[in-house]
Formats: sequence, structure tokens, C-alpha cells
Amino acid sequence: MALIRITSPHAHKPGSTGNVMLTVLMATLPGLAAMTFFFGWGTLIQVIWGSLLAVGLEALIIRLRNRPVRFYLQDYSAVVTAVLLGLALPPFAPWWVMAVGILVAIGVAKHMYGGMGSNPFNPAMVAYALLLVSFPVQMTSWTAPFVLTGEGWAVLGLADTFGAIFGNVSPTMIDAYTMATPLDAMKHRGGFTTEEMWIQSQMLSEGIGAWHAVSAAYVMGGVFLMYKKIFTWHTPVAMLGALAVISTLFFLIMPDQYPDPFFHLTAGATMLGAFFIATDPVSSATSNKGKLWFGAGIGLLIFIIRSWGNYPDAIAFAVLLMNLCAPFIDQYTQPRTYGHSKANRGLKGE
Amino acid sequence: MATDYKTITLNGLWDNNPALVQLLGLCPLLAVTSTVVNALGLGIASILVMIGSNLTVSMFRKFVPDAVRLPVFVMIIASFVTCIELLMQAFTYELYTILGIFIPLIVTNCIILGRADAFACKNPVADSLLDGFMMGIGFTAVLVILGAMREVLGLGTLFSDMQLLFGPAAESWKIVLVEDYVGFLFAILPPGAFVGMGLLIALKNIVDKRIEEKKKAEPAEPAGESRRVRVTGNIS
Repeated sequence: MALIRITSPHAHKPGSTGNVMLTVLMATLPGLAAMTFFFGWGTLIQVIWGSLLAVGLEALIIRLRNRPVRFYLQDYSAVVTAVLLGLALPPFAPWWVMAVGILVAIGVAKHMYGGMGSNPFNPAMVAYALLLVSFPVQMTSWTAPFVLTGEGWAVLGLADTFGAIFGNVSPTMIDAYTMATPLDAMKHRGGFTTEEMWIQSQMLSEGIGAWHAVSAAYVMGGVFLMYKKIFTWHTPVAMLGALAVISTLFFLIMPDQYPDPFFHLTAGATMLGAFFIATDPVSSATSNKGKLWFGAGIGLLIFIIRSWGNYPDAIAFAVLLMNLCAPFIDQYTQPRTYGHSKANRGLKGE
Repeated sequence: MATDYKTITLNGLWDNNPALVQLLGLCPLLAVTSTVVNALGLGIASILVMIGSNLTVSMFRKFVPDAVRLPVFVMIIASFVTCIELLMQAFTYELYTILGIFIPLIVTNCIILGRADAFACKNPVADSLLDGFMMGIGFTAVLVILGAMREVLGLGTLFSDMQLLFGPAAESWKIVLVEDYVGFLFAILPPGAFVGMGLLIALKNIVDKRIEEKKKAEPAEPAGESRRVRVTGNIS
């Protein structure tokens, strides 16, 4: 029996980037399953199509940059970006929407800034924001959830979905399967109060369950990641807490104008953002205290942009704006180093 | 003092290109380059103003006291811009309405004042005239290239609406590259201009680097001036 003498640290966890990213991918599975169940095959096709593109493009760019291709592809970060983007896109978005998104996410947001670990912005969210600004029609036609099948709404079959994404199926056919998301309806409810909107739109109040279920699935994935210690509780809790506090405040003051906090927490991509986007270790703040500020900033911005902005959902914009602030937050939340009596914070002239 | 015509020409077009190296006049550059025709319209207007202002400033350079030279230059430039504005209003009215505020804003375009102050007020008339023309051409070239990039990406066409500038015969110049193009709004909006501009500057730096490497490979040639990239102009 050969005993190999190994010096400290005696870390036994293979904490490579690839492992972390694989765990994150596993954690997205419940969300992916819920999306596929409620909104049809579209999401699954988007995720697979995006992953293929992302891996191909990543390999190409790494080759162009004269880096070891195999080594960098093994960290799966391109796949994670593609999966997150696939979950965020409308299920019936045409194939080229995803193609442009991946090109921007991997090519511009990631590799132009220096590749894995050097990107100041979350690549998937850069791509999402650009797509939302560039193709407003394609990016806001969301599928009607499966719950409404009884009322004559049906989720398209696999072949039909494939045709809708890759072929030239007439847009009217897809139109029959699309409806406004709850956030969209809330934004464009005209003069209605929030309560009137729910009464007015029967379909929406029946379909909202699908959104709750998808959010719950993301929370499951997020809790799994926290259990696996992929990220700490700070960012998601601060983000959801800040969103809950400010939306409760406004709901209590003007319940006619502002939807209840539960709506804010479960609608749109809040949970996806809280657990999978804001926790990106590269583009978020570093210290625990910094993560609290970072998360709280995102939560506040989400409420502000949703309530008074032009776009229905705000995760991408809120995350990108706070990504901008992350280096600043890091400057002022540096923890005290062991052996020093005071933390060395802020800009003091090096 | 760059009195050699070849140097002046090269400076304007490439080495000291107003848009790519001096990074001056970015506001109109980014704002109006959504199509080729807009870019070309503003480019031609800028060339004319630049020739006129450089010529006039150079002619009067010995009579203008140093202390008040900037107000005097601005007055000269403003009168040329007014001329151009009236001309455009008379002959290319539609383009005039499209370009809107950016025609009068040529007055504040830093390239024109920059060239007047850095070159025309120190050099003879012929040199200044050539410098104004070449700087204008260099600026217009970047405008048109950026405009073409954004038009192709954003609208899927090239040279659309050229009749605004060249009369009804130019209507057929429009090239539709992609039928039923959905439109890529990002390229038309200002952020697209910033990204396009960045790519052009990067491209120029790559070409410069290649040229420099080639020069290094041939040691026979005596070492020339070092190329200055991304500095605020050659004040010569």
C-alpha cells in the first residue's frame, strides 16, 4: 500500500470551475422542466440550440485567441450562459434571436472583455438586454401557459414548435398561442387598477399559477445551490428582501396602483434572477457585505424599472446596472484583514 | 511643421485621422451615422466648412491677436456653417430636415476649431487648404463607413434614400441586401454607433500594428517617426 504524503491544505473537494458550472446546470433542471411543462417544447429547444451555438462559438473564439480550446470548454461556462439565456427568452423566439444573443453574450460580453472570469457584465443579461432593445416584437410574444388548455389553448407539439422556431411558420399561427405575461399586462393595463386588471383578464388570473410554479422550481434549484455552497445566501436574500420591502411599502400606500409583493416576487424572472443571475461570482460584488448591498440594489432597481420604466420586466437592466456598481461596492466593503485593526476601505491613494 | 503635401494628406486620411485617432467630433459622428446618406450629407457639409474655415483662418493668421483668436475662429466657422445650412435648405431640403440640429452644431465640432487652431493659424494658405480638405475627407470616410455598417446591420439595405442628396436619379441606387429584414434596432440606436466606432478604431490599430511589424522586418529603411495611436492629434 503506497501512502502518498500530501502537504496542506488538505482540501478534498474538487472545486474546479467545471464542477461548479455543472452543479449550476443541474440546478436549472427543475426550472427547465417546469418551463417545458407549462410553456411547451420551445424552452427546451431554445436551451439546446443555444448551448450548441455557445460551445461552437466559444471553441472558435478560444482558437482565435490562441488559448487551449479543450481546457476552456471543460469549464462549461458557455453552456451555463446559453442555458440562462434560453430560459429567459420567449419559448417561440425565432432561431436567429438566440443566434444573435449567443454571438453577443459569448463574443462581445465575454471574450471581448478578456474571457472567462474577466467580464464585468453578466453575458446572458447583456445578450438579453440587447435582444429586448433590438427585437421588441419577438422578445415580448410569450406563450400561453398549458393550464389554459381547457379553454381552447394548447401547447404546440414538438414538431410544430420546431417549425415555429426554425421554419417560417406564419406568425398568425403562433399568435394564437401567445399572450401577454402577467408583468406585461400589469404594465399595459391602461387606466385599470390592479384589482380590475385581474377581473378583466380572466385568462391571466387563471394562467398565473404557471408562473408561480416556474418560480417555485427556480427556488428549488437555488436552494440546492446554496446547500452545495456554490453561493452564499447574501445576494438572493438581499435582492428578494429589498424587492419585498419596497413593493410592500408601495402596496400599502396605494394598493390600486401597485401590485402586491407576492406578485413582484413570483412574476417574470425574479426568482431566476435572484438565484441564477445575480449570484454570478464574476460580475457581482465579492465580500458578503458587498453582496448584501449588491443584491439590495438589484431588488430596488427591479421595482423602480418595473413600476416606472418602459419595459415590463427589469431583471436584465437591474443586474447590468448593479454589475457596473460592483467594483465600487467592493472598494467600500472590503473586510478587515486578519491582524489589522481596521479595514482598508475606499480610495485612499495607493 | 508639416509642409510636405504628402504628409498632410496622409495625416488627414490615416495617421492623424480626425475620427479614429484624434477622436474629435464624436457627437455628430455617433448621432447621424444611421444611414449612408445621412453620414454623407453631414460629411460633405463638414468638408465644405473645414475648407472654408481653414482657408480664411490661414489668410488672416497674421492679423489676429493671439488673445482673441478663438472667438475670431468661431465667428469665421459660424459664418461658413450658416452658408452651408442655407445651401442645404435650398437644395437638399429633406436631408436638411433629417439632419436637423446637427447642421448648426457643426460650429461646435471640435475638429474644425481644432484644425483652425492647430494647423491653419500657423501654416500658409495652400497647406491649410489641403489640410482642411484631407481632414474633411478622412472624417467623411469614417462617417460613411460607420453609416454603411449601421445601415446594413440595422435596416438590411445600403445606399437607401440617396435621392435626398443626388436627385431623383439616385433613387435606384438602393441595394436591398436581405429581403424581409426584421431590422436590428440596436445598430440604429446610439449604442450601436459606439460599438461600431470601437470596432473601427480597433481595426485601425490592428492595421497600424501590422504595418509597424512589416517595417521592423525590413531594417534597411531608416527609422521614421513613431506612430502615435490614440493621442490628441499631432500638433505640428
